Amino acid sequence: MRGGYAVSRLRGHLAVRLQPNHPTDDPHGIAASIVDGLLYGCGDAVIGINPATDSPARTGELLRLLDDLIQTYRIPTQSCVLAHVTTQLAALRAGAPLDLMFQSIAGTEAANASFGVNLALLREAQAAALSLRRAPPGAQVMYFETGQGSCLSASAHHGCDQQTLEARAYGVARAFAPLLVNTVVGFIGPEYLYDGKQIIRAGLEDHFCGKLLGLPMGVDVCYTNHSEADPDDMDTLLTLLGAAGVNYIMGVPGSDDIMLGYQSTSFHDAQYLRQVFARQPAPEFAAWLAAMDIQAPDLRLRPVSPQHPLLSGDGLG
Amino acid sequence: MASAEPADLSLPDPWSHLRRHTDARIALGRAGGSLPTRELLRFAAAHALARDAVHAPFDAEGLAAELRALPAEVGVLTSAAPDRTAYLLRPDLGRRLSDASRLSLTRAAASAGPCDLVIIVSDGLSALAAHRQAPPLLRALRPRLEALNFRLGPIWVVRHARVGLLDEVGSALGAELALILLGERPGLGAPDSLGAYFGYAPGPGHTDADRNCVSNIRPAGLPPEAAAAKLADLLAAARRGRHSGTTLKDPAGPSAPLSPALPSPAG
Repeated sequence: MRGGYAVSRLRGHLAVRLQPNHPTDDPHGIAASIVDGLLYGCGDAVIGINPATDSPARTGELLRLLDDLIQTYRIPTQSCVLAHVTTQLAALRAGAPLDLMFQSIAGTEAANASFGVNLALLREAQAAALSLRRAPPGAQVMYFETGQGSCLSASAHHGCDQQTLEARAYGVARAFAPLLVNTVVGFIGPEYLYDGKQIIRAGLEDHFCGKLLGLPMGVDVCYTNHSEADPDDMDTLLTLLGAAGVNYIMGVPGSDDIMLGYQSTSFHDAQYLRQVFARQPAPEFAAWLAAMDIQAPDLRLRPVSPQHPLLSGDGLG
Repeated sequence: MASAEPADLSLPDPWSHLRRHTDARIALGRAGGSLPTRELLRFAAAHALARDAVHAPFDAEGLAAELRALPAEVGVLTSAAPDRTAYLLRPDLGRRLSDASRLSLTRAAASAGPCDLVIIVSDGLSALAAHRQAPPLLRALRPRLEALNFRLGPIWVVRHARVGLLDEVGSALGAELALILLGERPGLGAPDSLGAYFGYAPGPGHTDADRNCVSNIRPAGLPPEAAAAKLADLLAAARRGRHSGTTLKDPAGPSAPLSPALPSPAG
C-alpha cells in the first residue's frame, strides 16, 4: 500500500497540508518538522515543501525524501514540492517521484505570464504528472495556490478589482481538476490586504467563491509582519472558516514559517479546529493515525512514547 | 496557597532532541491539543520584535556616509512614497522616484560617465537589514565586480523603494544592469534579512519574471561574503548572455540558491 491520495473535502472532515519548510532545505530539518506534524495528526491534504532553491536537482531530492517517508511509514497522503512548474517538470523527467504538480496561478493572462506560466504549460504539466501513473486512473494531480492582489502586484489587473480577479483564478484552477486549491490570503502583504479585518474579509470571500465554483478549496490563514494583523485576527478567521466548512488549512510548526518569513496556522490550530467543530481527518489518514497510536477516534491526541516508530527511524532520533 | 506555583498542566513532546536539526518551532508540547502558555507568550514577544523591525527608522544619510568610506561615491534619493504608511499602502509609489529625486538623477546622468551596473540600496521592508548587511555585502561585491571589468557608477541610497525602482534608475543612467539591495519582509526569527534583485537592460514594462533574486542575505542565512560571490557570478552570466530572469541559469550549478523572483514579496 502506498500513499492513497486521501480525500480532503468530505463533509465533516478537515484536512491539513503539512508545511515543513526549512531555509536551506536541510533534509533533517525538514524531516524533523514532518515528524512533529504527523505526531499532531497533520498531513492528510498533502505534505508540501516550499523549497528555498528553485532547481530541478533540489526538487528531485526533496520529492525522494518525501516518497521515502510516505512509503516507509505507509502514510496515506501525497507529496509536493512547490517549485516553479518548469522546475518540477524537469525533476519529473529526471525520474523524481512526483505526486502533485504545483503552481501559483492568477486571474489574468498577463499576471500568469508574470508567474512564468500559461494554460498550455499547465496542460503539459498535468499530462506529465498523470503519465507517472502514481495515482489511480482519473485522479486529480494538480495543486494550485492563489491570493487576492497578485494581478495588481504585477500591474496586470486591467483596472479590475482584486476579488473579481481572484475568482477568475479559480476558473483557471477548475479547468485542471485540481486535488487542492488554496488562497494564501494574507501572504501578499498590507499593500493589498492592509489589516486583520481585510484579511478576514478576503479569506471568507475566497472560501465562498471557491465553494461556488466547486473547488476543493483550502485557506492558508496567514499574515506577514508588515501587516496590521496579529495571531488573534488569525484565530478569528480560522474559527469563522471552521464554521463555514473549510476543506483544509496549513500546518506549520508553531505557526512560524522560518523559510517564507510569514505566520500561518499551526498543528495546534488544526487540533483546535477539529475538536471544536468535530471534524475528522481524511478517513484513510484517520485510520493511519489510529493504527500509529497518535490520535483517538474522539480526536484527542494520545501521549507519544519516546519509542514511537516515527521517532526511532531514519537516524533522526 | 498564594505562594505555590500553579501546576503545569501541559504535556511535553518527547522529541525535543529533534530541535537540533531546525530552528522551526517543533516539540512545543501541548495542553490538550493547544499551545502551552509559555509558547504563546514567546510567540507574541517574537512578533513584537518583528513589528519593531518593520517600523525602525531608516537613516539614509548615515548609511550613505558609511558606504562613502568603502570608498565609493554615494547619492541619496527618495521614492515617490512620502512616508512609511504610504509606502506600505502604495507599492506603485515605491517603484518610482519623487519628482525632486528624478531631477537630481537626471542631472547626475548628464554629467556621469558610462555605467555598466548601477547599484541601489534601500530600506525596503527592513531598515535593519539595509544598515547591517548592505555595507559588508558591498565591501565584498564591488572589488569582485571591478575585477570583472564592470564600470560602476555611484551607489544610490533610496528611501522607501520597491524592487521595480531599479527599472527607472537603471534606464535613467543608461546602465546595462541594475541591482537593488533592500530589506526583506522581517520573519519572526530573522528581522534583518537583505534581498538582492537585478535585471538586465532595465526599463519600463519589466516584471518579476525578468529579474533574478538572491535572498536571505544575513550572517545566519546566506552570509554577505558568499552572497557577493554568487551575485558576481550571476551578474557576469547575465552580461555574457545579455538577459536575466527565468531564462538565466545559475552558473554555479543546481544546488546553489538561485530563484527567479516569483513572486517578489518586496515587489
